[in-house]
Amino acid sequence: MYRLTDVTKDYPKGRGVVQALRGVNLVIATGDWLAIQGPTGHGKSTLLQILGALDRPTSGTVELDGRDLAGLREGQLTGVRAISIGFIFQTFNLIPTLSAQENVEAALVPLRVAAAQRKERARQALAEVGLGERAQHLPSELSGGQQQRVAIARALVKRPAVLLADEPTGNLDEGTRDEIMTLLEYLWREHSLTLVTVTHDSAVARRAQRTAIMRNGRLTIADSAPRQARA
Amino acid sequence: MFVTYLLRELRRRMRQSIFIAAGLAVGVGLVITVTAASDGVSATQGTVLHSLYGVGTDVTVTQPPTAGSGGGTRFNVGGAPPGQQKAGTSFSRDILAGGGMGTIKSSSVTTVAGLKNVSGAAGALALNDVKLSGTVSAGTGQPGAQGGPGGGSVSSSSFTVTGVDPSQGALGPLSSATITSGHGLTAAESNASDAVVSSDYATAQNLKVGSAITVAGKTFSVAGIASAAQGASSADAYIPLARAQALADLPGEVNTIYVSAASASDISTVSAEISRALPAATVTTSSDLASEVTGSLASASSLANSLGRWLAVAVLIAAFGLASILTMSAVSRRVREFGTLKAMGWRSRRIIRQVMGEALVIGVVGGAAGVGIGYGAAALVSALAPPLTATTASGSGAAAGGAGGPGGAGGPGGRFAHASTAAHTVSVHLAVPVTLGAVALAVVLAIAGGLIAGSLGGWRASRLRPAAALARVE
Repeated sequence: MYRLTDVTKDYPKGRGVVQALRGVNLVIATGDWLAIQGPTGHGKSTLLQILGALDRPTSGTVELDGRDLAGLREGQLTGVRAISIGFIFQTFNLIPTLSAQENVEAALVPLRVAAAQRKERARQALAEVGLGERAQHLPSELSGGQQQRVAIARALVKRPAVLLADEPTGNLDEGTRDEIMTLLEYLWREHSLTLVTVTHDSAVARRAQRTAIMRNGRLTIADSAPRQARA
Repeated sequence: MFVTYLLRELRRRMRQSIFIAAGLAVGVGLVITVTAASDGVSATQGTVLHSLYGVGTDVTVTQPPTAGSGGGTRFNVGGAPPGQQKAGTSFSRDILAGGGMGTIKSSSVTTVAGLKNVSGAAGALALNDVKLSGTVSAGTGQPGAQGGPGGGSVSSSSFTVTGVDPSQGALGPLSSATITSGHGLTAAESNASDAVVSSDYATAQNLKVGSAITVAGKTFSVAGIASAAQGASSADAYIPLARAQALADLPGEVNTIYVSAASASDISTVSAEISRALPAATVTTSSDLASEVTGSLASASSLANSLGRWLAVAVLIAAFGLASILTMSAVSRRVREFGTLKAMGWRSRRIIRQVMGEALVIGVVGGAAGVGIGYGAAALVSALAPPLTATTASGSGAAAGGAGGPGGAGGPGGRFAHASTAAHTVSVHLAVPVTLGAVALAVVLAIAGGLIAGSLGGWRASRLRPAAALARVE
């Protein structure tokens, strides 16, 4: 479970300071799916990075399962990311020189999983997203939707508690978008994930249990009533 | 995963990787070639100097001739005053004279041998054997006091003779020669009538082991034939020092002392000590002599030691710089990739290791190619380099006095000077040996190049904040 209390994030810009987050308070229960919407440049991605232990807040606390991420050292944050958090990016961010299988295996490298087990888990993860037959293909040999499936497999192969998706369908056509969102929804249910999605797309946001709006660094819960019950 | 990722990345950047490796290879190859050429020139120079000095000799001691001492030798014919012999009188003389060098007391050899850091000292006496024969014909010519030609019919010949100390076989003028036939002079032959002749002289005079030669009218038996080392100036004949002193009427005198130091680092100390002990003597070390070597060998030495080394260093620095810049540039292009890896929980040191591994492989490949280039270039230099010439002053004595011819009717009265100082030019082939040390140096340099480039790239990668790296637009 996430509990954010009075979180602020300032960035120096020229001689001034940009306040990317202003007093954000948020609770995300374990297994929740929260969609964050808002205009570009209003702090959505910053909030996602703080939730993902990629950045620290300027002030406030960010608790993940009772542990304040703001107080952890860099090495400890790396450990949290390696074990507990999976990321999905708009541009997929696959390593271009590695095959789909190797890209998925890369997520298990920090966990020191033995090579044979690593291969098997990666194979299973790819099969789960429907790419078992494409395991040896390079990213450049896959379509956008297939690359995002590889990215999802990579995020989930380590069995994280949290999945953070930054515009996961931003680079996909409508048909593929729906396929990916259906897959994400299935995985969220199947793996009891805590899922946070940043999106411009209302169609994507509507699939989440809850929606929050980020505007000028302030977060407002738009709909606190769960729209979908976990199956 | 480490190796797979590394090799795939290098394959993706194939052209850039080859370019960096080629740069390192050229630098490393140049270092090997220059080092080999420098070693080859040094070895050749050493050969020339050792030939001149004798193997094992670090310092030579000579005595400058005193004023007028380099004058010729007076020949008396038939006991009558010069110029007063009857026409038709035959004469024949065979004398052994100093080679125009000043002499040093044999006791000085003992003095030098007793100095600190001196491991051995041997005296030698370089002389000229002059044979003069002919018939006094009718005429009024007076002996040319300064060499005015007389009216006689005279023939003359000479050859060089060096008295060596047979008990010091490892030191002295014979030490650099190789006995090709017979044997050298042994300690037991200090007073014997055995001689060693040079192979050139033996060929010219048709001498073999067992043949007889005459020195100052005394017969010596050829005990051995010696072939001088490349670049060496050898005497025509070597006889025991004691016999040479007696025949030249120079008892207890030598004109060169050959000295070996206890170690190479002691040479300058030994040189200074000898100068203190024998203030009037000229003390020459191998480095002094090296500076006197002129010709293309000296030019090659200078080229290899100065320009060559600096060129190699400059190319290496350029190659290292190029490798570093291109590695940094590659890291810059992979910022999002590294950001993604960090987001997945890869630690900075794992990413640094990946970047350094890639740079190291390029360095090792460049080093291996550089070793090949170095061997090839060294072989090419060995095969194509024109013969080098080395010009050295062989001997340090100077003879004073005029040259003359036989005198007038009364017989030869002129004076003969037999200066031993002469410019000695030899043609030597430059061998360019690639040593294991040079190869090891090349490998170390290549690895260092890879590590430097990888360190800079890794340092840059490690400083990336994951959030900033992921936000980078590519």
